[in-house]
Amino acid sequence: MPLQSLDIVRRSATTQPPPGVRAAASPSVAKLIDTSKCIGCKACQVACMEWNDLRDGIGTNVGVYDNPPDLTDQSWTVMRFSEYENPSGNLEWLIRKDGCMHCQDPGCLKACPAPGAIVQYANGIVDFQEENCIGCGYCIAGCPFNIPRISRRDHKAYKCTLCSDRVAVGLEPACIKACPTGALVFGTKEDMIQHAAERVQDLKSRGFEQAALYDPQGVEGTHVMYVLHHGDQPELYSDLPKDPRISPTVRLWKGIAKPIGLALMGFAALTGFLHYVRVGPNETTERDEEAAAEARKRTEEQTKRPAPPETRPPGPGKQS
Amino acid sequence: MTNHWVDIKNADVILCMGGNSAEAHPCGFKWVTEAKAHNKARLVVVDPRFTRTASVADVYAPIRSGSDIAFLGGLINYLLTHERIQQEYVRNYTDATFLVRDDFAFEQGLFSGYDAEKHGYDRSSWNYQIGADGYVKTDPTLAHPRCVYQLMKQHYARYTPEMVERVCGTPQAKFLQIAELIASTSTPIRSMTIMYALGWTQHSVGSQMIRAGAMVQLLLGNIGVAGGGMNALRGHSNIQGLTDLGLMSNLLTGYMTLPNESEQDYAKYVAKRTFKPLRPNQLSYWQNFDKFFVSFMKAWWGDAATAENHWGYEYLPKLDKSYDMLQTFELMAQGKMNGFICQGFNPIGAAPSKAKINAGLAKLKFLVVMDPLATETSEFWRNFGEHNDVDPKQIPTEVFRLPTQCFAEEDGSLVNSSRWLQWHWKGQNPPGEARTDLQIMGELYERIRTLYVAEGGAYPDPIVKLSWPYLNPRSPSAEELAREYSGKALKDLADPENPGHVTRKAGEQLAGFAELRNDGSTASGCWIYCGAWGPTGNLMTRRDNSDPTGLGETLDWAFAWPANRRIMYNRASCDPSGKPFNPDRKVIAWNGHAWTGADVPDYKVDENPSLGMGPFIMNAEGVARFFAKDNLVEGPFPVHYEPLETPLAANPFSPQQPLALNNPAARVFKDDRQAFGKADRFPHIGTTYRLTEHFHFWTKHCRLNSILQPEQFVEIGEALAGELGVKAGDRVKVESNRGYIKAVAVVTKRLKPLQVAGKTVHHVGIPIHWGFTGLAKPGYMANTLTPSVGDANSQTPEFKSFLVRVEKL
Repeated sequence: MPLQSLDIVRRSATTQPPPGVRAAASPSVAKLIDTSKCIGCKACQVACMEWNDLRDGIGTNVGVYDNPPDLTDQSWTVMRFSEYENPSGNLEWLIRKDGCMHCQDPGCLKACPAPGAIVQYANGIVDFQEENCIGCGYCIAGCPFNIPRISRRDHKAYKCTLCSDRVAVGLEPACIKACPTGALVFGTKEDMIQHAAERVQDLKSRGFEQAALYDPQGVEGTHVMYVLHHGDQPELYSDLPKDPRISPTVRLWKGIAKPIGLALMGFAALTGFLHYVRVGPNETTERDEEAAAEARKRTEEQTKRPAPPETRPPGPGKQS
Repeated sequence: MTNHWVDIKNADVILCMGGNSAEAHPCGFKWVTEAKAHNKARLVVVDPRFTRTASVADVYAPIRSGSDIAFLGGLINYLLTHERIQQEYVRNYTDATFLVRDDFAFEQGLFSGYDAEKHGYDRSSWNYQIGADGYVKTDPTLAHPRCVYQLMKQHYARYTPEMVERVCGTPQAKFLQIAELIASTSTPIRSMTIMYALGWTQHSVGSQMIRAGAMVQLLLGNIGVAGGGMNALRGHSNIQGLTDLGLMSNLLTGYMTLPNESEQDYAKYVAKRTFKPLRPNQLSYWQNFDKFFVSFMKAWWGDAATAENHWGYEYLPKLDKSYDMLQTFELMAQGKMNGFICQGFNPIGAAPSKAKINAGLAKLKFLVVMDPLATETSEFWRNFGEHNDVDPKQIPTEVFRLPTQCFAEEDGSLVNSSRWLQWHWKGQNPPGEARTDLQIMGELYERIRTLYVAEGGAYPDPIVKLSWPYLNPRSPSAEELAREYSGKALKDLADPENPGHVTRKAGEQLAGFAELRNDGSTASGCWIYCGAWGPTGNLMTRRDNSDPTGLGETLDWAFAWPANRRIMYNRASCDPSGKPFNPDRKVIAWNGHAWTGADVPDYKVDENPSLGMGPFIMNAEGVARFFAKDNLVEGPFPVHYEPLETPLAANPFSPQQPLALNNPAARVFKDDRQAFGKADRFPHIGTTYRLTEHFHFWTKHCRLNSILQPEQFVEIGEALAGELGVKAGDRVKVESNRGYIKAVAVVTKRLKPLQVAGKTVHHVGIPIHWGFTGLAKPGYMANTLTPSVGDANSQTPEFKSFLVRVEKL
């Protein structure tokens, strides 16, 4: 996407400033998922597979409607169904389209150590650029929504692109086009917030007092938002996090630890240099070499190392 | 649909009962969300299962499968006893005021005239009282004890909320909440639509369930108005077209019926179908029957249809009995059929009792399957292990598979539930050796005709004299057929009022069925489609969605039968003086000299309303019927009867009368009756249905659909699962008296045990989509389980309610 690169505002593991002349070219966009209109038909899943040329395996039924049962490198969006008996004894079947939330402050991008593997465009879309991905899985740890999946085929991370290729040429994402009930809508974030306000009002008139827009501020808002009947209990919707935040480890690493670490590295290098200049090089004696050889032999005899795993370990389990 | 998909947006209340439209019609369901979002509509779902439709409903109530008439009868009783009816509508536009014969009676679940041996009725007492003037007697005060209103009130008095709870298992509070919401549409400015599908048709009392729904709508004044109607949601993209074009065994096109064996006389055949008005100054449009019929015969037999030979009446078969699907497979099972052509039909999946169908197919000499896919029917002779455990050596049937195109590989028209004929264009050529259905039928006809010409035969005329005027007789084009079913003038047509003036030249396409004549000067293959390809061209290709009134009638989008009318009976949206009941949703109105408005008026356009012509112009009464007379086989008023396989020992409404346990007029073949199971061995209620991820047995051949729902499952409630020790994902066996299937268990809160007549009953949900061919995981045909019995009128099989037993594997 050579021209799209002009719209990049953030790039993983890069300190160079992004191109700036087109800063205001595209408005902030958002997909709004209205769970109160969604019938769980999975047309969005099909549209996603078709547009993106993805074909997940024909799996098995594990006792639920959800199929495929989880996100994969081939399934960038899935419907999650949960059955909830409300306090008045009535059943609710809460259906949520799951996929990348396109955080304004993306934890994946923050955590990513590979330069340019994760970017954010001026319109807010967070996109993986797999050619730069090293498959380390840090984006999984960095994501508060448990979205990215590492492919077993090429060991790279994949997730919803919000059809950045379609949006770049003025089209809506494929899932939006396929949705038959208007549960999925797409536009500027401002318009989507306004549309959501009308929907919340309608839901309140139907007895859902806590209806609300889900646009979590812990990640500075998202470019995929939900209208929820139970805005106060997002966890009812197949464990949608109530107050998602980037994991403290990632924040610590990219926030305080990284500069301190860099400073410490610099300090160590400087100390080493000064030591070399003032004391001279560190030299080993023959006795040191012998002792080291013996130690290595002992270790090899005691432990038989297991073969390295063929594939990388899967990402962390489903977050609760 | 009496109304259409887009019109649902005008509804104030939407009742989804006998259908799961979000699941089965997700694209049309957008109009439900539209009504909710922009018309403040409330969605009510009544279903044995908490469905995808229920997931977006405002109110959901559970109901025992097969007990819908008890629920709807309860609604009728509620509306009548609380006087929550649209009085002006009921008095003027229905038969409520009509008097019924004194010998008509109803007692202990049976109407007058029952013959237990014949499983049927002498229906002669089911009629109105006729006065000396030849018209029906009426009582405008509705006080007469023999008027339809009073009889109906009396009939449904027993359908109390207590009985609804007892029979349906629906909690009384839920029933009353729904009844009150529905009653709110009895005001002239609120409307309710009823959306139903196979959840009503696939019962042994399916037609009567639909009638009961229609009666509720008539009491509320919801027929003919925007946002109202009885809306049948069809299960295939063109199944509306199938019935319109008369592909039922007892129909000709446009809902004209074939003659019976006793109707050898043409004049009597026509007279019986030419309904004379039952009240003064009624249009009774079927009085034009012979114009439709003669034009139809001219389309089929051309010059061979003449006044002298009664337009070829001799060529038509005269039925000795119905040859519906169930009858066909009964004959096949009895070994009375040699060959079977299966065009776009997968009967071992689609017809009840797979074992019976398999046995029947094995008795054929030949089976021809025309289909784009390798269907299970075409592979019925092959062993697929447990899913089709047959011995090919024992099956002599020769099977021919003729690969056909699919819908996207041909031009043509599809008729949707809205009655819209929409033209479509081929997207690509069919693959391999596939041919279009038209090519196959064209070649078949040519060869059969040649044989008849060469060899004669018992009666070759109907075949050799058939009109076959296509440019390439071996491959008629969709355009040629469309022009033929729409219709044209065969001679110059003179204006009857001004004989010197020619209104239509010979060869010209006709603008509508009003131009049809009974003298052989017009031809139209299907009178209700007349005008679809009119003098200005193919109206089915129109794609102008302009909507000047905002009501969504879009008269320039495709062509809606009849006469491009979007809301049927729309005259009933106005009061007797011609003013719209709801000024905000003005469908049509009388402007002093003519009826005009957003839609094509369903009325004589220049008829002054003061003359008293009723809005239901197809009925001889001029009004809608609460009392169906002798039109349905089991009675003029819907009655609750149990499914043929029921968990109950007696009908709670008539416990003393064993003959009234099930539909007393159901046709059950001897072996099929013996294959029914009893509740002691099969305690659970099985019900089959479709999933949104799949379309019948086709999409398991598609990778994307198979990814979305890869493997056969059944749904059971948590309570039943607890009893059986089954967890979600375990495998279970579901068995009926006709066979068993094995599948993964989906354990859910969405199926709750119901308390029915003092018993706890559990439903088992059985999606139908799996089989032994295709890409999805192989599975059992769900119709292994279902009983071979149909609705007593339409013979649509009872797939929604039968007895099974679930076991953990």
